[in-house]
Amino acid sequence: MIFPVEIFLLLLLVITAGAAILVKDLISAVLILGSYSFFLAIVWAWFGAVDVAFVESVVGAGLATVFFLLTLFVTAPKDTRIHPPSPPWTALIGLPLLGLLLLYAASDLPKFGDPASPASVHVSPVYLENSMEDTLTPNVVTSILMDYRAFDTLIETVVIFTAGIACALLLRRNRT
Amino acid sequence: MFEHLDAWLHRPNFIVFVILFSWGLYIMVVHHNLVKKLIGMYLVQTSVIFYLVTLGVKSGATVPVLLSTTAPIRVEAYANPLPHVVTLTAIVVGVATLGVSLALVAAMYRKYGTLDEDEILKRLE
Repeated sequence: MIFPVEIFLLLLLVITAGAAILVKDLISAVLILGSYSFFLAIVWAWFGAVDVAFVESVVGAGLATVFFLLTLFVTAPKDTRIHPPSPPWTALIGLPLLGLLLLYAASDLPKFGDPASPASVHVSPVYLENSMEDTLTPNVVTSILMDYRAFDTLIETVVIFTAGIACALLLRRNRT
Repeated sequence: MFEHLDAWLHRPNFIVFVILFSWGLYIMVVHHNLVKKLIGMYLVQTSVIFYLVTLGVKSGATVPVLLSTTAPIRVEAYANPLPHVVTLTAIVVGVATLGVSLALVAAMYRKYGTLDEDEILKRLE
């Protein structure tokens, strides 16, 4: 059921994420983070989520990396602190506890790839069955995004517009 | 204990999600460099999206694009499209918030001349 290719890709994900966290030079960390996004896109294409893979490889691996690099070009690209102070004990104890709690809940989740899992039986078959006659679009993701849930997408563009205004206001040079 | 181990081994995606989520959250809390904190935030965002996409996988199913426009549709043959739509929105909004926080970091660097959190706190006093 679980293919070795998938295990290999998941290992690559964890390794690139850990490298992005551990590397001292910030530009290298950001580029490794871009490769992490790209591996994530490959994993999603493997899962059958091709639209999500496209968006992640364009917006996540491309645009987010460009944002990080632009920020680093106008700021300090090195992490100058040689000896970091020891982290607080609340974080050292609390976050592994959180991880253990999440893993404890793993046995209650539906099996991986189960067609009868709760996420796949309630409303998503309705979209799959009626998408063609309602919207004349063979791609069900497009028909949900642009037709059934068009208001959702509209508000999303409002959020992006607000973010653009906020960036422009934060970055303007001649502040009075 | 053994049934828990079995449950983990059947869900490698969930283990990867837990590792990425708690590691990213740890870096967000602990690390002193602001750009490294944002790298942790990006890891948390993408790990949650990764988990949501994992919930929509059906074994033996293809991508949610209809193969034939006239034949009756077998729901088990296509992956669940709903998590894909929700995560598409979440990726774009996540990168938008990342852009705003990076602009904030650049503005702070312009004012205080450092990306170190403790230095900035020292200069604020």
